[in-house]
Amino acid sequence: MPTRGFALPSLAAVLSCIAIVAIVAGGAPASHAATLDEAVQGLSAKSYKDRAVGVEVLAATGHPRTIPILEAMAKGQLFVRKADGVLVIGHKTGKVYSLTNALDGSAVGDARKKELKKVKVNNRLRGVIKATLGGLTLLSDDPDQREAAAAAVFAARDAGALETVEQAIAREEDPGLLDQLTLAKAAIETSPDFPLDVRLAAVERLSESALPEVRSLLASLSQESEPDAEVRASAAEALDAVERDLAFWNLLGAIFQGLSLGSVLLLAAVGLAITFGVMGVINMAHGELVMLGAYTTYVVQQLFRDFAPGGLDYSLAVAVPAAFLVAGAAGVAIERSVIRWLYGRPFETLLATWGLSLILQQLVRTVFGPTNREVSSPSWLSGAFETATGLVLPYNRVAIIIFSLLVVAGIALVLRRTALGLYMRAVTQNRSMASSMGIRTGWVDAATFGLGAGIAGVAGVALSQIDNVSPNLGQAYIVDSFMVVVFGGVGNLWGTLVGAMSLGVINKFLEPFAGAVLAKILVLVAIILFIQKRPRGLFALKGRAAES
Amino acid sequence: MSDVPVQARPELHDTILYLDGVSVSFDGFKALNDLSFYVEVGELRAVIGPNGAGKTTMMDVVTGRTRPDRGQVEFNGGIDLTQLDEAAIANLGIGRKFQKPTVFEEHTVFDNLELALAGTRGVFGSLFARLGAASRERIDGVLETTALISHRDRRAGDLSHGQKQWLEIGMLLMQDPELLLVDEPAAGMTDEETEQTAALLTRIAGSRSVVVVEHDMAFVRGLGCRVTVLHEGAVLAEGTLDAVQHDARVVEVYLGR
Amino acid sequence: MGVRSVLVDLLAGNRGGQILLAVLLAAVVVVPISNLLLPADSVLHVPTYVVSLMGKYLTFALLALSVDLIWGYAGVLSLGHGAFFALGGYAMGMYMMRQIGDRGVYGHPELPDFMVFLDWKELPWYWQGFDWFPFAMVMALVVPGALALVFGWFAFRSRVTGVYLSIITQAMTFALMLAFFRNDMGFGGNNGLTDFKELLGFNLQADGTRVALFCASAAAVALGYLLGRFIVRSRAGRVLVAVRDAETRVRFLGYRVEHYKLFVFVLSAMLAGLAGALYVPQVGIINPSEFAPAASIEIVVWVAVGGRGSLYGAVLGAILVNYAKTVFTGVLPDMWLFVLGGLFIAVTLFLPKGIVGTVPVFKRAGVRWRRRPGRARSPESAP
Repeated sequence: MPTRGFALPSLAAVLSCIAIVAIVAGGAPASHAATLDEAVQGLSAKSYKDRAVGVEVLAATGHPRTIPILEAMAKGQLFVRKADGVLVIGHKTGKVYSLTNALDGSAVGDARKKELKKVKVNNRLRGVIKATLGGLTLLSDDPDQREAAAAAVFAARDAGALETVEQAIAREEDPGLLDQLTLAKAAIETSPDFPLDVRLAAVERLSESALPEVRSLLASLSQESEPDAEVRASAAEALDAVERDLAFWNLLGAIFQGLSLGSVLLLAAVGLAITFGVMGVINMAHGELVMLGAYTTYVVQQLFRDFAPGGLDYSLAVAVPAAFLVAGAAGVAIERSVIRWLYGRPFETLLATWGLSLILQQLVRTVFGPTNREVSSPSWLSGAFETATGLVLPYNRVAIIIFSLLVVAGIALVLRRTALGLYMRAVTQNRSMASSMGIRTGWVDAATFGLGAGIAGVAGVALSQIDNVSPNLGQAYIVDSFMVVVFGGVGNLWGTLVGAMSLGVINKFLEPFAGAVLAKILVLVAIILFIQKRPRGLFALKGRAAES
Repeated sequence: MSDVPVQARPELHDTILYLDGVSVSFDGFKALNDLSFYVEVGELRAVIGPNGAGKTTMMDVVTGRTRPDRGQVEFNGGIDLTQLDEAAIANLGIGRKFQKPTVFEEHTVFDNLELALAGTRGVFGSLFARLGAASRERIDGVLETTALISHRDRRAGDLSHGQKQWLEIGMLLMQDPELLLVDEPAAGMTDEETEQTAALLTRIAGSRSVVVVEHDMAFVRGLGCRVTVLHEGAVLAEGTLDAVQHDARVVEVYLGR
Repeated sequence: MGVRSVLVDLLAGNRGGQILLAVLLAAVVVVPISNLLLPADSVLHVPTYVVSLMGKYLTFALLALSVDLIWGYAGVLSLGHGAFFALGGYAMGMYMMRQIGDRGVYGHPELPDFMVFLDWKELPWYWQGFDWFPFAMVMALVVPGALALVFGWFAFRSRVTGVYLSIITQAMTFALMLAFFRNDMGFGGNNGLTDFKELLGFNLQADGTRVALFCASAAAVALGYLLGRFIVRSRAGRVLVAVRDAETRVRFLGYRVEHYKLFVFVLSAMLAGLAGALYVPQVGIINPSEFAPAASIEIVVWVAVGGRGSLYGAVLGAILVNYAKTVFTGVLPDMWLFVLGGLFIAVTLFLPKGIVGTVPVFKRAGVRWRRRPGRARSPESAP
């Protein structure tokens, strides 16, 4: 999984990763082989000093085998086979070493320890190798390798790599990588070996990043262990700046999570904004209509699995209209069979629809069983945007935010721009007048309720992506969605939108302090208190008509 | 508004109700627009005006149902009504009859009047309240006045529309208020009932002040009192019925629609 | 005025009430004899589990009665009465937890097992005093009453009415459920309070204790009924009905509607708390599921089935529905939710006045509930 930003895997992991890449690249051009052949000779030179030269000579070849060879050398796995003087890489398996030819990576049998002569490295040489390796990959053509190398250099802060880093900076065209490379350079330059002005400039550069590893570096520079007071002060200041930055990004993260929760609430509540808000019907079975939508998604996916497995990734495109139709049809049936007898009797409507919700739950439990059903996410919804500052935005969450806004926009369009919307408003404002003008009010009621129910079904498709699809799915949302509608102001789509989003954000802001459950309780209590203050919600319709 | 004939600000001691510069708006719609309106002690006053003129909103403001955005609303020599809620205002002695007759349909006619009976209003007081002989007589008296004595033990919900109107007026009388606000008392009544209602209200006025909102011109004529014409939330004209009916602005408002 | 004349006053011309009290009285006499004195193989012997089951129904009946008091008379539909019931139950549960003493699994002399399990070192302050029965019983009434007082004061003062109020009462019990699920709350979290041993020193498993609890429940229903009847017959009760039917009119008559609602709401919550306190020793457990919104709304359907606005209708409904629940969950557990759901729909569509308002025997006893006019959405008055 490619990550933007220093995920900081251990150096070893980075190196082995690089090694694999190199092996896969395989089939080295012949022209290299001759030079490589000569270059490796230097590695087994007598003195450590000569070996260091050998490392550099080898690196200069630019051959892909350079990396595994140097890596093995750093780990003490590079040997010369005494019998024929061939340079081999040996892995201890049991009592023997299994060998591969250092030059081409081919297996060349086993050998016992005494048949081999180890290419010894000391700490200094190991440093040279690491820096060289870092430098090598810094100049790689593969951006992912460069990125990993930049991270490695940052972590190692080896002055030996400075030259290569500067070379890489000069060549780098990707702005994100350039940023990381200059950070790595600055990290190296914070070392007390550099002159004061260079060190201060480096600290200055570091203060521009909010990465956790930069923060810990600055923190260590601001400690007593740092000899230079000026650097210490400047690092402390930079740390402050970084921390402010981080707080900002955390805030953004909380807002995103809040909006994400808010969009879920919005989806769950927006159908209610029609049935409760426009028609004044308290539909306690609303959550179950959402659940029907989620189960429709499940069924559609099963059908795709059975008949068109290739199209599984796009089954959601079928599930959305299907869920709208299924839940919408259920809604029309509910309206025609039960609710239409109960208009103007809100308590009775509440009880009857609660009864319906029990029946729907049990129906689904009987048909599909009481356990969760697996609804898979399409591949294009898995994964996440990640910013260099640790902000993670999962695609499915982002998609749900966008989807919820589209749904609201769609409803607004239907209410304002279509004949159904016009009839709906006419019927809610003056039923008898609308009826006398030839509008079939019964039909409008059924269509309106069906629309609200259909939207609930569509919400179920979205919720199936992030929540368990079980017969209890609807129950989990019913209290929340009523809270959203009541909080936002009944009969007001905009209020529902703002209400859902602000409840989501408030919830997520409370969570760090209070924990998830307590945050939810606090929000509920706050809404209860809020309704006391503004009984008609945030965006209440004012006036006498609304007060009676 | 400068050309509106506004009555001179009266002395406070003889006004029972005093509204000055009252404005109320609902979402930008100005239901009352700088309304000034006075009612004298013992006066009977009719208020007319087209739909949306602000008649009911004015009653809402006086009875504490709607808070004005601006302006003074005072009762009986300086009691500020804008700070009080409906119950407090009712207990000060302002009774209100709604446009749509609003009685307690599940209670008997007698019980309706008993609940309206001036006296204890607290929870614990009414938990242990017993009806004395004097109160019974008073209720029976009002039953006579409102011609409901033969319906004493009927369910109020079973009364005719006109009877409900009378019952509501009867409840107002039981409250023994100093000021009665009566919204369209003649709606849905036969001519004879209308006449009787006018007579009843005229009889009440004198001992109390009465403000009647009405559409029915015959009824207003029957009241034979000073008339205030409201239009777009403010007073358009005031005077005798004949005078206002010949006022050019009033004619324009009524006919120009 | 003596007790006798008050009784006569409350029951005169009230056939439903007379039947209810007669049945309760008969039960209090017959059940102990049948369970304790008749041999187990006698046809007339009532097994102890049946006694407890009936005792449980009676606590539900008291709970339904408390809901009818506010819904049937004041028009306040609470979807959170399960919370008051549960709080009363928890108060009793806390007393019985303390009674366990060192006989718990961990044998701690003071701390209940779940606290030892959570590694708590001392009893939280709010558990203090619950080892004393009178205090626990007062708390079983005061805690629900106080919650109702605070909640109702906010809600009624700002005139939250109708379904809005219903929805926020539902949110209230939902919030409490989430809270009681938390272990940190110190009420046993998910598992609640259970493994009770004795009540006032009497073994909870003993037949005599069970019968005594049954009789106490019957007495509580009778007293709850008479108290409710006293209230609804008083002028205050008629004010409540007036509030239900025309709240604005009541305000303009000078009554403080919120005070009346608050009074009856608090009283109703206390009755529900009492019901909860009697329920817990008979079923042996109290846990947060009692706070579930679904539990609260089920109470409402008991009242609706029986017929709201008569008090005894609520008692009848609670017993019938719960008997049906016992039967169905025993025979066809999967069918129960269909039946309950169907009951909700059927009673609202076909039986809006409930059994006592529809079945002729009860009809004349006078259920006062006006059917709301259909499609009445216009404001009270237009300009």
